[in-house]
Amino acid sequence: MVTIKPAGDQAVTVEFADRIDAAVNARVIALADALKARPVEGIVETVPTYRSLLVYYDPGRIRGAQLMPLLHERVEHLTEGGENTARHFRVPVCYRGDDALDLADLAEIKNISPEELIALHTAADYRVYMIGFAPGFTYLGGLPEALHTPRLAVPRQKVAAGAVGIGGAQAAINSLSGPSGWRYIGRTPLRLFAPERAEPSFFRAGDMIRFFEIGADEMAALERRAASGEAIVESEAA
Amino acid sequence: MNRLEVARAGLMVSVQARPRTGYLAAGVSPSGPMDEAAFRIAQALVGNGDDAAALEFAQFGGSYRVSAPCMVAVTGGAAQVTINGRAMPLWESHALRPGETLEIGPMRGAVWGYIAFSGGIAVPELLGSRATHVRNAMGGFEGRVLAEGDLLPLGESALAPPQRLTEIFHYPQGPIRIVAGPQDDRFDSRAWTLLLTEPFSVSSRRDRMASLLDGPLLRAIGGHDIISDATPAGSIQVPGSGIATMLTAERQTTGGYPKIATVISADLPRLAQMPAGKPFHFVRIGQDEAEARLLAERERVEAAIRSIATPV
Repeated sequence: MVTIKPAGDQAVTVEFADRIDAAVNARVIALADALKARPVEGIVETVPTYRSLLVYYDPGRIRGAQLMPLLHERVEHLTEGGENTARHFRVPVCYRGDDALDLADLAEIKNISPEELIALHTAADYRVYMIGFAPGFTYLGGLPEALHTPRLAVPRQKVAAGAVGIGGAQAAINSLSGPSGWRYIGRTPLRLFAPERAEPSFFRAGDMIRFFEIGADEMAALERRAASGEAIVESEAA
Repeated sequence: MNRLEVARAGLMVSVQARPRTGYLAAGVSPSGPMDEAAFRIAQALVGNGDDAAALEFAQFGGSYRVSAPCMVAVTGGAAQVTINGRAMPLWESHALRPGETLEIGPMRGAVWGYIAFSGGIAVPELLGSRATHVRNAMGGFEGRVLAEGDLLPLGESALAPPQRLTEIFHYPQGPIRIVAGPQDDRFDSRAWTLLLTEPFSVSSRRDRMASLLDGPLLRAIGGHDIISDATPAGSIQVPGSGIATMLTAERQTTGGYPKIATVISADLPRLAQMPAGKPFHFVRIGQDEAEARLLAERERVEAAIRSIATPV
């Protein structure tokens, strides 16, 4: 049951469900895409999240009371487009040295070897549920249950950009360096956020990701190429 | 090119401009001025357009010099503003010449002040705006607050006659108005009664991202974690501490705490400017009325800008 509620006087939130679920997220993204394809006059911007779409509007051009029934109508006529248009990426990760902040501890907690942990992490398909919190920060679903682990009791003051982390049942890739309480097992040389790119956030909600392991030398080489602005990861045909 | 020199930095001085739009889905929050009305009026007083950048400071302005003549205007609360020791009223534009020092002392009755220079601060646009997002170290001047000795580029401008507002610009009075939601149903009638009857005040724990509010603690039924969703300006989110926290210009784009209500846009500048510890009450209104208040407030700021004139 979809509910549409005010979020102040310049936004309404379209809530599809109250759970983390790929099908729900696909509907959220399908509505965002539908509003891009066939714009509603007065809508300024939308923000897809796990299970809702926030729709910002200008009350000088459309009032909330007019917008909400229009959005209900759009939701009713939604065709599931999200999955067909998903982009697929293979993302390199270095699970060694300083990049593997919590890998050894996590393997010990799980009573498996670091190699088994890496194998589990690289075997799963992850879905980008949303970009949020910070520019380009990528929230992922699809973390194997064996790797679910609570966040650290005391957050670190600084975690590097590109750090690949685990927080409860969620996975994520850090975009900018900053404080975080997630557990980090590796790092990708991919630049998740670059304001000079036409699309500054590398990933979009709805993308699919699979990680693969690279060594420290390859990490350094890819980082140099990424720093010079080169695209080191391309989307694969779905 | 005209250059602005920071002779002495005030508090939290940053280059601000119209908020960044179009990148929320990429996690980029809008930033921009905490008090858009005071910012826009400062810009209009020196003849700058909507794309121009100016300086925002918190309570203490600092001192500045320029390398070529330009017009300056300071807006916000009451403050001692001088050019080479000559007192200069706020909400008016004045000529600033090379060799002269513009000095802005502590601001009373307001938190955020604005200093506009004719020609605007000519830092490059980043994602469509010159606004600084201090936390993300993005935009403005090197993505950071200004420090003594910084030299900033100023756009070209000619010395124009001084201008001022024909009438003093006042903020609306009365309680701070809120619209319920989007997670209002996570709070029971006891929490709602506390929110709408007890006094709150902005605590000293405030920055450009959020303001913590002093007042009764609010409890969410079913816990204080939600599946993260988007966070508009004015969102009153309530983390596990029970402390109501209002999100402002540099807020994160999404968050995982329930939002009991959203402060209406027309009251956001007033709350941003509220001195710490000054009590106020919340009152709940509908979305339709909040929209009407926003449209009226926009018109009031436009009218103030239209009223700017050269004194005879």
